[in-house]
Amino acid sequence: MANVVVQTLLEKFPESVSPAPDFRDEEAVCVAREGLPEVLRFLYADPDTEYRLLEDICGADYPEREKRFEAVYHLYSVKTARHLRLKVGIGEEDPTLPTATGIWKAADWFEREAFDQYGIRFEGHPNLRRILNHEEFVGHPLRKDYPIKGRQKLTRPSNLGWDERKSAGNGGGSDAEAGQPEQMILNIGPAHPTTHGTLRVLARLEGETILEADPEIGYLHRGFEKTAETLTYQQVIPLTDRLNYVSAMMNNVGYCRAVEKLLGIEVSKRVQYIRVIVSELSRIIDHLVCIAANIVDIGALTPYWYCFRERENVYELLEALCGARMTTSYTRIGGLAHDLPDGWVDKCREYIRERVPRGIEETDTLITKNRIFVDRTMGVGAISGEDALNWGFTGPCLRASGVPFDVRKANPYYDYDKFDFDIPVGSNGDTYDRYLVRMEEMRQSLRIIEQALDGLPEGPISIEDRRISLPEKEAVYTKFGALVQHTKLIVDGILPPEGEIYSVTEAANGVLGFYIVSDGTKRPYRIKVRPPCFAIFQALPQLTEGSMIADLIATVGSLNIIAGELDR
Amino acid sequence: MGIETSSILRNTALVEPVDAILNWCREYSCWPYAFGTACCAIEFMAVAASHYDISRFGAEVIRFSPRQADLLVVSGTISEKMAPILKKIYDQICEPKWVMAHGACACSGGIYDNYCTVQGIDTIIPVDVYVPGCPPTPEAFLDGLIKIQKIIEGESIRDPKYCGE
Repeated sequence: MANVVVQTLLEKFPESVSPAPDFRDEEAVCVAREGLPEVLRFLYADPDTEYRLLEDICGADYPEREKRFEAVYHLYSVKTARHLRLKVGIGEEDPTLPTATGIWKAADWFEREAFDQYGIRFEGHPNLRRILNHEEFVGHPLRKDYPIKGRQKLTRPSNLGWDERKSAGNGGGSDAEAGQPEQMILNIGPAHPTTHGTLRVLARLEGETILEADPEIGYLHRGFEKTAETLTYQQVIPLTDRLNYVSAMMNNVGYCRAVEKLLGIEVSKRVQYIRVIVSELSRIIDHLVCIAANIVDIGALTPYWYCFRERENVYELLEALCGARMTTSYTRIGGLAHDLPDGWVDKCREYIRERVPRGIEETDTLITKNRIFVDRTMGVGAISGEDALNWGFTGPCLRASGVPFDVRKANPYYDYDKFDFDIPVGSNGDTYDRYLVRMEEMRQSLRIIEQALDGLPEGPISIEDRRISLPEKEAVYTKFGALVQHTKLIVDGILPPEGEIYSVTEAANGVLGFYIVSDGTKRPYRIKVRPPCFAIFQALPQLTEGSMIADLIATVGSLNIIAGELDR
Repeated sequence: MGIETSSILRNTALVEPVDAILNWCREYSCWPYAFGTACCAIEFMAVAASHYDISRFGAEVIRFSPRQADLLVVSGTISEKMAPILKKIYDQICEPKWVMAHGACACSGGIYDNYCTVQGIDTIIPVDVYVPGCPPTPEAFLDGLIKIQKIIEGESIRDPKYCGE
């Protein structure tokens, strides 16, 4: 099974496809630039594979190679539940590639990011401009020869070329006399409450109807990927907290799982179960924040108090685990920072049986059948399942459109296949369905936590390999051997073998992927995060065009855009 | 303030009661502008929510228009792309105004020192109170708020920022 697709590609496109080095049983091929569109179209349309989800496109820079740049495509087939990686080498003198936007709409922003960060030009792309860095930026920061501290000031906020568009349309209002309805350009954000401080949407309006919406992001671009290249594998963990800071644990788990795959190790069952518990707790608080913020944006303040009260309860649990409320850094490569404290399991059980369900039910009573809420959200920002998949939607937003895809079921990890839980799906893909799916997911998460607490096995919380995990603190202070091991691991870092992996987990917003390239040294050569809401937010024009301004507010809130992972 | 007659301002017996009343009013009715960009903004939401309840300090009227606010709370990392916008928001807030740098990123850039992050908002705008932490706990935020209140308490309409001298 494993390499059927690779074999098919090699046979069908002998000139353009060549095998990639085999590593950790991942399916990967190298594709020549000329044959790329043909291969992509085949993979999308072939009834045996149906790679309908484009998870990621990213660049990579290898200055010593003949073909300096590489574009890496990660495809996923919901049908066969398998990933495929395509690698395309591009020379420095002509860093161009044909665009994939004609096949997957999701390619749009991923290609823009690869252009912004590496300078890879995608021919035929409808709107190839910078996305994360500001428009006065010169150079491409993720190239290896760009200095990490090469700061460039922005002199004035950009109007994104809308002055020209305004005069090209009839935004000036002069056509109103000629019988045309007057149009106006409205700037929303980034300093606007509904945009969570970091998103910006420029909308062309006719009355209150949106004719055209253009989202702009990058206001919280913090250079995660460049910074990660300068740190050791363990040191990256705190940075992952700050990707999706609303559910930091899930990023910790996703990252550590990726590095563990790179190292080829498996953590103990106890670690797996604890990771499941903290992930599901994080999913609950993430959904609570999303629902609270969405409802506040629509105009109802009261449910916010209830949601945040329960969030505080979960914070208490997380604080007892790791000392921090939000930025947890609880996982370690090969295990966890420390075991559960005494009495934690009972406390957790009490919380998930009484307190958290109470908050969920109270919120449910307040809003689910509230007439104003239903009127404001039902049929608003709707998208079909097929479109959603094409845009790269994953997580609750995809499931609200009726596609029952969840990594926990499709590619189970950490014994998720042994837990009894359901995947809620919506039918209309609108804001109301997204709300309902999130509500139900919280209840399902409670079920998973309950089962994981019941089945929590005993065992070590860290693997024994001293090249990967630190010795016990007590031993470090009392035994010379342990002290040496500790020092050596801190100084030398973890040294994974040369190779590259892509690992995904189901985070609160959808598929959270980590693509890690190791060159055998203690620092990652390249880390690319596949953030779930990056793909989702690019579909905003389709979700909102033709609707009212107030609907845009409701829609943005329901997508749960977390700027930390959106802009990284 | 519009009080321009310097002879009135020299009259301590007159100015001190006015100061006391004005400062008392301002101190317990800060209207924060939540310039939240990142993780710290979620903690700011927690401060505003029921458990920590910022209204105990009279600062629960959170505005998203700079023209209706007097306390600028910058919660989160400011990128180079965001910097001119922060400056613009600050300029749009009417005097008297105070600024709180909420969190390590706003104070100093925090753990981000790279091509796209501003190393502390005090390189762009003046800051009254720094609240460290990544993110600061809600208690730390409230402590910062009390420090702002203390600053307000010590102000006088004779200060240059009010009488323009």
